[in-house]
Formats: sequence, C-alpha cells, structure tokens
Amino acid sequence: MPRLSYRRALTRALADELARDETVFLLGEDVQVGASLVTTGLAKRFGTERVRDTPLSEQAFTSFATGAALAGLRPVIEFQIPSLLFLVFEQIVNHAHKFPLMTGGQCSVPVTYLVPGSGSRTGWAGQHSDHPYSLFAHVGVVTVVPATPADAYGLLVTAIRHDDPVVVFAPAGAMDVRDDVADLEPVPLGRGRVHRFGDDVTVVAIGHLVHDALAVAEELAGQVSVEVFDPRTLYPFDIDGLTESVARTGRLVVLDDGNRSCGIAAEIIASVVERIRLLAPPRRVTRPDGAVLPFAPALDRAVQPSREQLATAIHLTMKDSS
Amino acid sequence: MTDADPVRLYRTVRLIRRFEQRAVELVHGGQIVGGIHPYLGQEGIAAGVCAALGVDDVLAGTHRGHGHVLARGADPARMLAELCGRLTGLNAGRGGSMHAADFSIGVLGANAIVGASGAIITGAVWARRRQGHDTVGVSFFGDGAVNEGMLLEAFNLAALWRVPVLFVCENNGYATTMPVAGAVAGSIAGRAAAFGIRAVEVDGQDPEAVRDASVAAVGRMRAGGGPELIEARTYRFDAHHTFEHAVRLDYRPPDEVSRGRARDPVRIQGERLPDAERAAVDAEVEATLDAAVRFALDSPEPDPADALTYLYASGLTARAGGG
Ligand SMILES: Cc1ncc(C[n+]2csc(CCOP(=O)(O)OP(=O)(O)O)c2C)c(N)n1
Ligand SMILES: [Mg+2]
Repeated sequence: MPRLSYRRALTRALADELARDETVFLLGEDVQVGASLVTTGLAKRFGTERVRDTPLSEQAFTSFATGAALAGLRPVIEFQIPSLLFLVFEQIVNHAHKFPLMTGGQCSVPVTYLVPGSGSRTGWAGQHSDHPYSLFAHVGVVTVVPATPADAYGLLVTAIRHDDPVVVFAPAGAMDVRDDVADLEPVPLGRGRVHRFGDDVTVVAIGHLVHDALAVAEELAGQVSVEVFDPRTLYPFDIDGLTESVARTGRLVVLDDGNRSCGIAAEIIASVVERIRLLAPPRRVTRPDGAVLPFAPALDRAVQPSREQLATAIHLTMKDSS
Repeated sequence: MTDADPVRLYRTVRLIRRFEQRAVELVHGGQIVGGIHPYLGQEGIAAGVCAALGVDDVLAGTHRGHGHVLARGADPARMLAELCGRLTGLNAGRGGSMHAADFSIGVLGANAIVGASGAIITGAVWARRRQGHDTVGVSFFGDGAVNEGMLLEAFNLAALWRVPVLFVCENNGYATTMPVAGAVAGSIAGRAAAFGIRAVEVDGQDPEAVRDASVAAVGRMRAGGGPELIEARTYRFDAHHTFEHAVRLDYRPPDEVSRGRARDPVRIQGERLPDAERAAVDAEVEATLDAAVRFALDSPEPDPADALTYLYASGLTARAGGG
C-alpha cells in the first residue's frame, strides 16, 4: 500500500480538483512557488492563471474569491498563517457566509479557505499559533479539521465541491503524519469516525489531537477501555454518531486545541448531555481561557492540551462514576 | 449598448426620486420597518452610470442602494416588496433595503458594509471574463469608504490584474455626520492615482455628465484599459437615514442644505425634455409606483417557520434555537 503524508494528501486533493473541474482555481500568497509545501508543482501543471499569487491583501483577495464564486467559479484560498483568519473574519462571515440568505437564495458562495499548519508550529509564538476553528463553527461556516492523510484528501475534495464556504484547518501537528492509503475518496461532511473502539469512555479528539488520544488510549489499555471519536467536521457536527458512542460508554472527555471559553469542547459536551444521561460528569481538556501561545517551547507546550492532561481527565472521569 | 436617450435618463431619475419619496412615506407609515438611507438628490449618478452598461455587466451598491438597483432595471414593485419584507420581494424578504439584489440583471447586491463591494465586484468581473464574457463591473461607494483599507486593497488588485471595474465614488460631502474634510487626508482622486487608476471628477447632479463620463470610462475599459474611478460630486437632499426624521442631528448648515438642494438632478434632466413629454413620463412613473405600492402591500409576508431558508446554498440545515 502506498504511504502518503498528510501534506501530500492536500496537494493531491488540490491537483485532482484542479484537473477535474475547470472552475476551480487557487489563490494565495506564494502559492506558485509553494512556500507552504502544499501547492508544490501546481502552478507548473495548471498555469499561473489558475494558481495565482496574490499581493499581501488578505481582505481584498478573500472578497475577490467571494465575487468569483458569485460569478460561478470555485476558488480555493490558501492562508499562510491561521491568525490571518482574524483579518478576514469580516469578509468570510459578513459576505461569503451571509450572501445566500440575504439575497433570498439567489446565489451560492463555494469558496474553500485552506489553512495548512494551523495551531502551534512550535517557536512561532503569539501571532502564528492560533487554532480558531470554534469561531467558524459558532458563526455557522462549515468547518473541517482532518486528522489523517486520507481524511485530509477526502475532506478537502469535498470542501471544494461543496456549494457553501468551507474552512479547512490542517493542523501543524498533523502535517507530517503518514499513513498507508489504499484508495483516496471524498469524505462526507458531518460524519465522524471512530478510530478505536472502547467500552468505558469516549474521547472526542480534534485534528492532530486524535493521534495523542490514540496514544493515550494505548497507554491506558488494560486499565481503561477508551473509545476515540474523531468528528472530522466541527460544523455541521456528527452529534448522532457521537451520541451513539457515548450511549455505549456512558462517559465523555473532549480534547480540543481551542481556547476554553465558548470553545467547541463546550458545545460538544452540551450537545451530548442535552440528549443522554452520563455515568460521570463530562470533562474537557483545552487551551486555557483566552490563550496566547508564549514563545519559549516549554511555555508553548504548557498552553496546549497534553497527553498527561488527557490521561488525568480520563482517570478522574472513571473515578467520578465509581 | 449605451443608452443616450435623454427621456429614458429622465425616467430613471424620476423613478428613483418618486420611489424614494414613497418609500419614506411607507417608513413613516410603519409599513417599512428599520428605515432606509434615502438616495434622494443622488439619482443622477446611478442613472448616468447604468446608462453606460450592457447586459453582461455587473454592479454592487451600498447601504444607500435603492437607486443602483432601480437604475439597473429591477422591477420597482418587487424592490418595494423587498423593503416591506414581503415574500415577493427581490430577496424574498430576506434582505431588505440594505441588501436588495437581483442577480438576473447583474445586481450582486447592495452591501451594508462600507467599502466592501470593490473587492467582490473585482472578483466577479475577473471570473466572468475568464468564462468568456465581455463583462465590466461597477462598484458604487460613498466618500466614507475611501478610508476603508479593504477598498484600497481592491483598487490595488483591480489595477494590478487589469480588471475592468468602474469605481464610482458618490461624494455627498458626509459620511453620516463626518464631513469629507474631517476624514480624508489627500484626495479621493489621489487615492486612485496612487494605484495608477485613471480618475475623473464629474458633476453628480447632472445625469448626462455622469453618463458621458461613464460611457467614456466603460469604453476604455472594454478596450482593455484597467479599472477607472469616477468621483461624482453630489449632495444628499434628505437624512443620512430616516431615523434622523425623528432625532434632529445638527451637522449641516441650513444654507449649505438649501444650496445643495438647488441643484436637483431630476429638475436638471427634466428641463431637457419638452413639457408634454416630461409630463407623460411623470404620469407613467406615478402609475408604475401606484401599482408597485399596491403589489408590495398586498403581498404575503414570509412564514416564520422559513426564517432560515436559504442560509445554506448546499441544502445544509441549521439546528433550531429552541429548547
Ligand atoms: C465598515 C462600516 N463602518 C461603519 C458603518 C456604519 N455606517 C453606515 S453608513 C455610514 C456612512 C457612510 O458614508 P459614505 O460612505 O460617505 O456614504 P453615504 O452614507 O454618505 O452615502 C456609516 C458610518 C458601516 N455600515 N460599515
Ligand atoms: Mg457620503
């Protein structure tokens, strides 16, 4: 079976969609050379009209993409830094997202916002290390955070084909994951995936944290039987799939690289406890409230959710219900 | 493509004038909620610019946007129904005054975020040209927008990629209560010049002057020239927004207001027509608007159960908010 890295899976998805659909085009900063190492080779293969380098004008090129989408194209924007999403939050939310409703269904805005290397990149400090996926789920923009190469491929393809705006977070912590990939295919939005079955507790892990959750589950095997649920799409969320899992285990811990207050972990927990009774109070492991990632590596790590914190949360949840 | 007929130009400014006056009445009568930003006094700009456009062209407007939509040829009855929040409105009652859109005639929407339309239109025009259309675009904005970074970024992008967008600045002297002199360092035309964008100033109160400047600009743009900017000097005859009818804000000296109102685009264009012809247009516009008001007020309101229909073009449905 061919081994594929997460990063190459993204490249493959872009190339396949550019080849399949003439209306797809890519724009962003330094995408022709491929500074992110994701768009490598695409300008050569598809031409600089369809793989466009932009000036550093995030607000203009984000709304340029909205306009192009209104006129029938399917733009994909690559953002160099997750924190740039704050700069274009207005353009995505106020325009791209709101146009279909405000116009009474006269248009669609099929734009994909791809963020390769979201979250901490270790050593890039406060303004390069955010993971603002919860913000997009909050405003109702389709938000995906793939954890594996196959899902990175499948969800990016689906995002490009989707008729509404989609933000694709490709966590820095997952970019170098490699996997044996038999066949690559589109992955449906709003469908989670159980990576490991277990009986005692369901751990919901997002993006690169799926791999941490799997490591902890393995570590605890024999003491606690951990089920690892990867939602893949944060909005719309596969609440049916998660409820089915938690209904079996009776316990819930969420591992989320977002800030704590109003983060997606809170929403996930609320959505489950609205539906079913748990054996123990649910727990979440997140970044702290209002986190700004400090520079020094030890501090950077201290602010991100860790395996130790997850193991502790699992133990406490088990204890609470015994 | 260009419409050089002085009668049709008069009809357009007259239609917008009377539409706006009736809309203000409907605001006062409570049939239009939320109020409007009347386009009164600025009619010559929308009318003159749209007379220079062809069927393949697109435009995006502003919060003060009724004139742009009407001048482009939207049905006044469906436009008024939209302002009244009715199902038959252009946007099925989902947009209202500040978001009226009619994609079937290239109106990609009034846009209530100051300075937002420039980049959207640039992208739309670029995309249509890539698909083989001979499209040019118009981005309308006020003097307030020239201090918005995203508009200046759009100037750069349009000029850099030679996208034929006519940037039309409707300089009515104020952004709400802020006079241009208190907000604009340098000049509006100078901003365009900085990006290599050709800019002209025109008398926005003279519909034919606006049309002539627009025809010339659109001609150069179609011939492969890049974007251009027209700064149309104008004056708004009424409030920034109808809320001012209830709360008097003191920011425009009365003599300035009377001087501004003296140069009336509807009168200026009307005087170019024989009296009988003008009277005939006036009567036809009145009949059109009588019918429009009846249509709007007789139209059904949307069903609250459908409040979030159209939220997602993909058909995704949102979770309800109730317990
Ligand atoms: C980005 C943004 N800032 C502020 C507002 C609130 N606002 C609405 S209209 C307006 C004034 C706009 O002035 P101008 O662009 O000159 O247009 P005019 O109202 O004079 O037609 C303001 C401040 C807004 N809608 N969008
Ligand atoms: Mg103004």
